[in-house]
Amino acid sequence: MGWRAPALSVLLFLLFVGVWHAATLPTAAERTVDAEYAKLVGAAAATGQKSSFPAPADVAGKIWTHLKEPFYDKGPNDKGIGIQLAYSLARVLAGYLLAALVAIPIGFLIGMSPLVYRALDPFIQVLKPISPLAWMPLALFTLKDSGVSAVFVIFICSLWPMLINTAFGVAAVRREWLNVAKTLEVGPLRKAFRVILPAAAPTIMTGMRISIGIAWLVIVADEMLVGGTGIGYFVWNEWNNLSITNILTAILAIGLVGMVLDLMLARLTRLVTFPE
Amino acid sequence: MTEPLIRIEGIAKRYTGRGGAAATVFEDIHFGIDPGEFVCLIGHSGCGKTTILNILAGLEPATAGYVFVGGREIGGPSLDRAVIFQSHALMPWLTVMGNIAFAVTSRWPGWSKARVRDHCQEYIDLVNLTGAEKKRPSELSGGMKQRVGIARALAIRPSMLLMDEPFSALDALTRGMLQEEVLRICAETRQTVFMITHDVDEAILLGDKIILMTNGPHAKIAEIVVNTLPRNRNRHDLHRHPHYYRIRNHLIEFLVDRSRAFSEESAAGGYESRNPPLTRPGLDEGLSGVSGIPAARPPKPMVVVAK
Repeated sequence: MGWRAPALSVLLFLLFVGVWHAATLPTAAERTVDAEYAKLVGAAAATGQKSSFPAPADVAGKIWTHLKEPFYDKGPNDKGIGIQLAYSLARVLAGYLLAALVAIPIGFLIGMSPLVYRALDPFIQVLKPISPLAWMPLALFTLKDSGVSAVFVIFICSLWPMLINTAFGVAAVRREWLNVAKTLEVGPLRKAFRVILPAAAPTIMTGMRISIGIAWLVIVADEMLVGGTGIGYFVWNEWNNLSITNILTAILAIGLVGMVLDLMLARLTRLVTFPE
Repeated sequence: MTEPLIRIEGIAKRYTGRGGAAATVFEDIHFGIDPGEFVCLIGHSGCGKTTILNILAGLEPATAGYVFVGGREIGGPSLDRAVIFQSHALMPWLTVMGNIAFAVTSRWPGWSKARVRDHCQEYIDLVNLTGAEKKRPSELSGGMKQRVGIARALAIRPSMLLMDEPFSALDALTRGMLQEEVLRICAETRQTVFMITHDVDEAILLGDKIILMTNGPHAKIAEIVVNTLPRNRNRHDLHRHPHYYRIRNHLIEFLVDRSRAFSEESAAGGYESRNPPLTRPGLDEGLSGVSGIPAARPPKPMVVVAK
């Protein structure tokens, strides 16, 4: 079992690349197009000698050039993919941490008080299903800054999973542990930090893990709208440049960074999880 | 008469059901516990045993009545009344040492780390868990977990220990070992204990007094049995003592028949819930249930009603 799963993964990957390669092989068939148009787009595209979709080798070459120089900066529309990813990560972290600062204390309150839970529940139920991007125009109008608005959109989309999981985790702390705290005359702060927080930590961390995933999903659309910098903007810019190789490289980079973020949160979740 | 350490006066628990009809679990409960005494409460499930313990612990309010500790009415949970929970209630994210230290630092917030550790170690040694300090509850057996629960309760040096069926979740072998250890520890520390149980043998082994509770709803204290076995009793030759089967038969007879039909028995007169009868079935020659056990003492009055 140990080696068979990775071997199968490699096999599937090779199969995928093989099919891709075969599908993008140059076609010999002559195509007659308007001579004027042929001049405009270049001979290769007009005659159809080369597929307009890049072959795996083209993408691999592009990835290599990006890897060699990920942080170059040649003006506002030509920055290395590393710089763009760094911008995106900074926005995600800013919005995400702000959301954690708001969601965890409020979630604590909701979880501890059935009254607060019932009072806030209708608002949460209405606000939660709103696409974070729907807030963008409102944010642009009120905050008057596209950078801040982008962070706000991340904030609002990271908020709900953390809020709901924190409330749920705190409300589900076992009565017996609270009774132990009561019979030991433990004060409210000590109870919150020494009993409720560790007991609810695995659930809170699960919420944080869901949130970082959603934030990383939303950042691409967010930056396509806001523009300027970031991996989302990079994808949109390369679409305007019709550089499919760059788009594919960016897609792969987005996936890898998302995976690393998720792994980090999974590691942290394991740290606070206790076996029963 | 000396003032008991804890005095319960007329406590009751009622729940308002649908339509406003009140359901009374138990009512008119009166009893007291003297310092250094080990009192067991025995009764069928559903008679509100755990609720009584929770009221004594201050975790639940009584619908009526008062609980006095050292002459003062209790207003909630207190570090003076430590609870050993049925489900051990250890915090799984803390080690054995951490669980006990949490209780100790709650009791004495000003203590230095070294002092807390030494104090915890003393109680870990007392319950024979030396070497398991750094283990987490998930790595311990059921019996070891309950030992940690006992150490945690004793470590805060409470004036009163409340135990809610602490051994009911354990296998018979472990239960027996822990019962003996509790007996030893209580003899060493002269700890005042109130324990809920539904195990007759456990009550006879541990309890100096055994409170018999009738079935709910409207459960009451039927009588308080004085355990006339010597205080240095142990599991091995307990059953050889002539009093043992008399007390045991009395308790079983109560649990099987009288606990159900007590309302008729008490209606016959002579019963006063404020002063439940104090009985000593161990001294009752006529009750010797097993043949061949010689009478240890000359005949004495069958039932001694105190006060």
